[in-house]
Amino acid sequence: MDIDLLTNILYMMIMTGTPLLLVALGEMVCEKSGVLNLGQEGMMLMGAVAGFIAMYHTDSYVLGFIFAMLVGVLMSLLFAVITLQLNANQVAAGLALTIFGTGLSAFLGTDYEGKQIPVLPSLSVSQLQDIPLIGKALFAQNAIVYLSWLLVVLAYLFFRYHRQGLSIRAVGEDPAVASNLGLPVMTIRYLCVAFGGAMAGLAGAYLSIAYTPMWTEGMVSGKGWIALTLVVFASWRIERIVLGAYLFGFASIMHLVAQGLNWDISSNLLAMMPYVATLVVLVMLSRDKQKLKLFEPMSLGKPWHRSN
Amino acid sequence: MIKLIPRVQASEKWGYLSPVLAVFLTVITSIFLFTALGKDPIEALYTFFISPIANWYGITELLVVAIPILLCAYGLALCYRAAIWNIGAEGQLLAGAIMGSVVALQFVDSTSWVALPLTLLGGMVGGMICAGISAFLNLRLNCNETLVTIMMNYIALNTLLWAVYGPLKDPYGYNFPESALFGDSTLLPVMFEGTRLHIGLLLVLLALVAVWVFMSKTFLGFQIKVLGLDKPAAHMAGFKQKKLAAMVFLASGALAGLAGSVIITGTTGQLIPAISPGYGYSAIIVAFLGRLHPIGITLAGLLIALLFMGGELSQMNLELPRAITGILQGLILFFLLSCDVLIRYRVQFTFKRATA
Amino acid sequence: MSNVKRLAMQGITKAYPGCIANDQVFLEIKHGEIHALLGENGAGKSTLMKMLYGVVKPDAGTITWNGKQVTISQPSVARGLGIGMVFQHFSLFETLTVTENIALVLGDQAGNTKTLAARIKKTSERYGMPLDPDRRISSLSTGERQRVEIVRCLLLNLQLLILDEPTSVLTPQEVQNLFKTLKQLTSEGCSVLFISHKLHEVTELCDSATILRAGKVTGHCNPKQETSESIARMMVGDDIAIDNDCQRAVGGDVFARINNLSTTAKGQFDIALKNINLEVKRGEIVGIAGIAGNGQEELLKALSGEDIHPKSTAITFGNTNQAVDSLDPLQRRRLGLSFVPEDRLGRGAVPDMDLCDNALLTSFDSGLVKNGFLIKSKIVELADKIIKQYKVKTPGNHNTAASLSGGNLQKFIVGREIDQNPQFLIMSHPTWGVDIGAQVAIHEAILTLRDAGCAILIVSEDLDELYKISDRLGAICDGSISPFLPPEDLPVVKLGQWMAGDFDTESTQINSTIGAAHND
Repeated sequence: MDIDLLTNILYMMIMTGTPLLLVALGEMVCEKSGVLNLGQEGMMLMGAVAGFIAMYHTDSYVLGFIFAMLVGVLMSLLFAVITLQLNANQVAAGLALTIFGTGLSAFLGTDYEGKQIPVLPSLSVSQLQDIPLIGKALFAQNAIVYLSWLLVVLAYLFFRYHRQGLSIRAVGEDPAVASNLGLPVMTIRYLCVAFGGAMAGLAGAYLSIAYTPMWTEGMVSGKGWIALTLVVFASWRIERIVLGAYLFGFASIMHLVAQGLNWDISSNLLAMMPYVATLVVLVMLSRDKQKLKLFEPMSLGKPWHRSN
Repeated sequence: MIKLIPRVQASEKWGYLSPVLAVFLTVITSIFLFTALGKDPIEALYTFFISPIANWYGITELLVVAIPILLCAYGLALCYRAAIWNIGAEGQLLAGAIMGSVVALQFVDSTSWVALPLTLLGGMVGGMICAGISAFLNLRLNCNETLVTIMMNYIALNTLLWAVYGPLKDPYGYNFPESALFGDSTLLPVMFEGTRLHIGLLLVLLALVAVWVFMSKTFLGFQIKVLGLDKPAAHMAGFKQKKLAAMVFLASGALAGLAGSVIITGTTGQLIPAISPGYGYSAIIVAFLGRLHPIGITLAGLLIALLFMGGELSQMNLELPRAITGILQGLILFFLLSCDVLIRYRVQFTFKRATA
Repeated sequence: MSNVKRLAMQGITKAYPGCIANDQVFLEIKHGEIHALLGENGAGKSTLMKMLYGVVKPDAGTITWNGKQVTISQPSVARGLGIGMVFQHFSLFETLTVTENIALVLGDQAGNTKTLAARIKKTSERYGMPLDPDRRISSLSTGERQRVEIVRCLLLNLQLLILDEPTSVLTPQEVQNLFKTLKQLTSEGCSVLFISHKLHEVTELCDSATILRAGKVTGHCNPKQETSESIARMMVGDDIAIDNDCQRAVGGDVFARINNLSTTAKGQFDIALKNINLEVKRGEIVGIAGIAGNGQEELLKALSGEDIHPKSTAITFGNTNQAVDSLDPLQRRRLGLSFVPEDRLGRGAVPDMDLCDNALLTSFDSGLVKNGFLIKSKIVELADKIIKQYKVKTPGNHNTAASLSGGNLQKFIVGREIDQNPQFLIMSHPTWGVDIGAQVAIHEAILTLRDAGCAILIVSEDLDELYKISDRLGAICDGSISPFLPPEDLPVVKLGQWMAGDFDTESTQINSTIGAAHND
């Protein structure tokens, strides 16, 4: 295996893992507050189509990403109203969000299938990108990749050092107690869900603007679901989400690896890799149920309604 | 101010009314949607909800679409009764279609009467294998069933693609990703001359009765309900949770697999990549909308089948994207979940008023 | 200053669907006094306190604080006024440390966050309740958790401390410590509102009392000048028999035997059972006292079959001494076991199923199922029989378990289990949160069953109850079990020592395990 191939694999791994990193980060914050939103797939699709349309009409990457995040937030608020305000089952509402997002994105994107936009350029750091092996992966990425790193650092500091980070954990552990003590449970949960929506929207737009760049129906192809596994894989810890996202990124580019190594394997079977990898990870994670429970926010997925 | 007041006991009445209200709200919303898209709402509604079933042929077509959806939904309802969030009907359906095709392709030139039953059985086994893997991962290895089943959906889809591009591809098919055409002995007989309605409908009726009797009359059905409503109580009473869970998993796999083999033997006559426009996902909505009750599911399944047909027609007649079907399906589920709040809460409208 | 009351609540009313929790309640507290709020479960004490602390908004009424009328819209307002509250179910987050818990709740009211840990240490020591600020709540004992709650209040400029049933989670010795702290507080001018339903504590500690019954104030008094009977009358009303003396029994041959049962803790919050030895005879009631979370759940699950230990043969049932460790709950039921779990809603009964289905839940072996099919008529018959025989108040057999009051549901569950003619009945907290009428009925049913020759094991935190109905009584602490004695030979002080893990010198082996438990 030559060094160029390895350099490219590392570069692609990070590039492919970035949307997973973004969604998983959003979902982790959401889950830390005790809300399980299975609608990531739908929100990502909406982000992808919205970002693409905005970019197509305005030619502005910034507007494309901002619009995608707004749409993601709107989608997540729909979920929040139904689960937090109307006490609906979070699993069912998440599924509804995915089904709705899949349908709506396909509908909105019908006229944009096959249209072209310029890909988000990479911002290379001229000298550093020539470092062998890791230079390209770390210093020749696009702006959103760098943004994702910034977000990871900020989120880490927030949960580690900020009192509101404590509040989110408290609300996720026991909303009834938190409310008795005067924490604004609803506000905190709404904000966390909305953050998850914004991240999913951003990740979707990353796929349609920075990664492919085009819109096709159902183009997220399960990344929203994989991100949900990632959060569990990471035991709700930020540093492990980074690791997991890039591992899954690697599993998703297996066909490139196979090409590079001249393996003769059906591309359909290789396309299965990320999903099989997800299952394998799930199995490894779930061996010890008690240990898994240790990190899970205690009120995750349970409806709660303030009674007074 | 709108205030939610908890009810002492869940309202049975709203259990039935909520789906009706949800459908009503969806229709209202679709009127706004059509108007916003610059279509005449009356014409659009007619195209969507009436014209597909305005004649006998339309009704039989509706049933053809409804058959696989219903088979999947009955099975899912069993799982949801047990609070097992299996969303893998789509994958199980595809697995059923693949296995069914493998069997059917052995009988291309045969006239044996066992060909059709074996093909259907093959489909059921395929679905059960797919569901069985999920059940094993969920029950033995503690994996979350939702994530497992959705991953199995993608794996089944890629397996299907691999099969039609590879081992099952018709060697004389000009390199199209399709299997060879099945022989007549493996095709489901048509019930009425001049229509495509096949005897898969009888299988649906059979499944309907079986599921209904099972859930409402048997002790196993009762245990499944307890398991779904209250796991600690089921444990306390000594019910065998894993066995019950494995049973509903396999039953739903068998039904979804049957749906897959019914599609290939009743509608397409060969294995093609696009055998299901998301029937397995729609079945989730159908199961919820039908209140997990076989009769309700049957009605809900017909409604969703109507949406599929309405989507096709509006694409042809109104130049609206077919994807509008997906929007309406999502909306129904959203409205249903929202309306369900009325089962457990009373809504009270309070007006601000000076206190005396 | 002295003629202005610390707190006056007037005409406080709060209604919930189906019940009026507080009806025109009047309550006054002076400076530096310990005031008791007395009442049965469900009398409306907790609701009243939640309104005072700003968790719940009153429908009507006024609150006057140090002479000024105030509106307490949320807990931070209450804390700003100098009101601190210790809830019955602790308001602590298990995964956070002591300091984090306090900082989180007090917010800016906690003052400088850098010195917070030092101040927690200092304050806790000053009031005789030492605490390590850096420990996670999950590693603290119940008593220590309560200290965290109290210290959290003390860090404020505290003028009124509300304690909701603070002693129900403490051993008798810990209760004495708490009382010392409270007296120290009042000597410094702070007022205390002490919520309880235990009369002897109130007469020992409190300077004045307000008594609630069914949401209404039924009296104010000085507990030191009243008899327990006169206060009890105000609490429960005139029409209910308060006391029924129980005959003790000695029992016959042994039905259930536990020999050296040891288990390992499965999860972080579970307790390992250590060398449990226990026998329950036919026709006797064995009571086990203990603070929650000392292994009661684990012991009961090992007995009921909810936890199965395939290789062990420590538990045997019946004359044949059949080992049951590997049997599931259903197989054990067939050997004569019946079980009333602690959580009646969600384990003893399915909340969203009606009473017929809930009757079927554990009685399915009594001819209600044929060839796998349900016999609906027999199920309805059974449900009606239980409802009638145990006077379960419900509109009908098709009402859900969730719609019943706690006491009525408990009567239904007890009835369902007794109706299966068990040879061995296990009950956890049989009358927790149940009104006096239902309590008396449940105790009568248990005693009747005992006299019919059933072996009965009861786990409870309510010492009054255990002293009343047990024939032999012991305690569980940190997974180890004490010796058992007839209640008459077991002074409360001694039982308290047992509950704290101090099992005399009965066995050196037991002592060494306890010592180990206390050193970690």
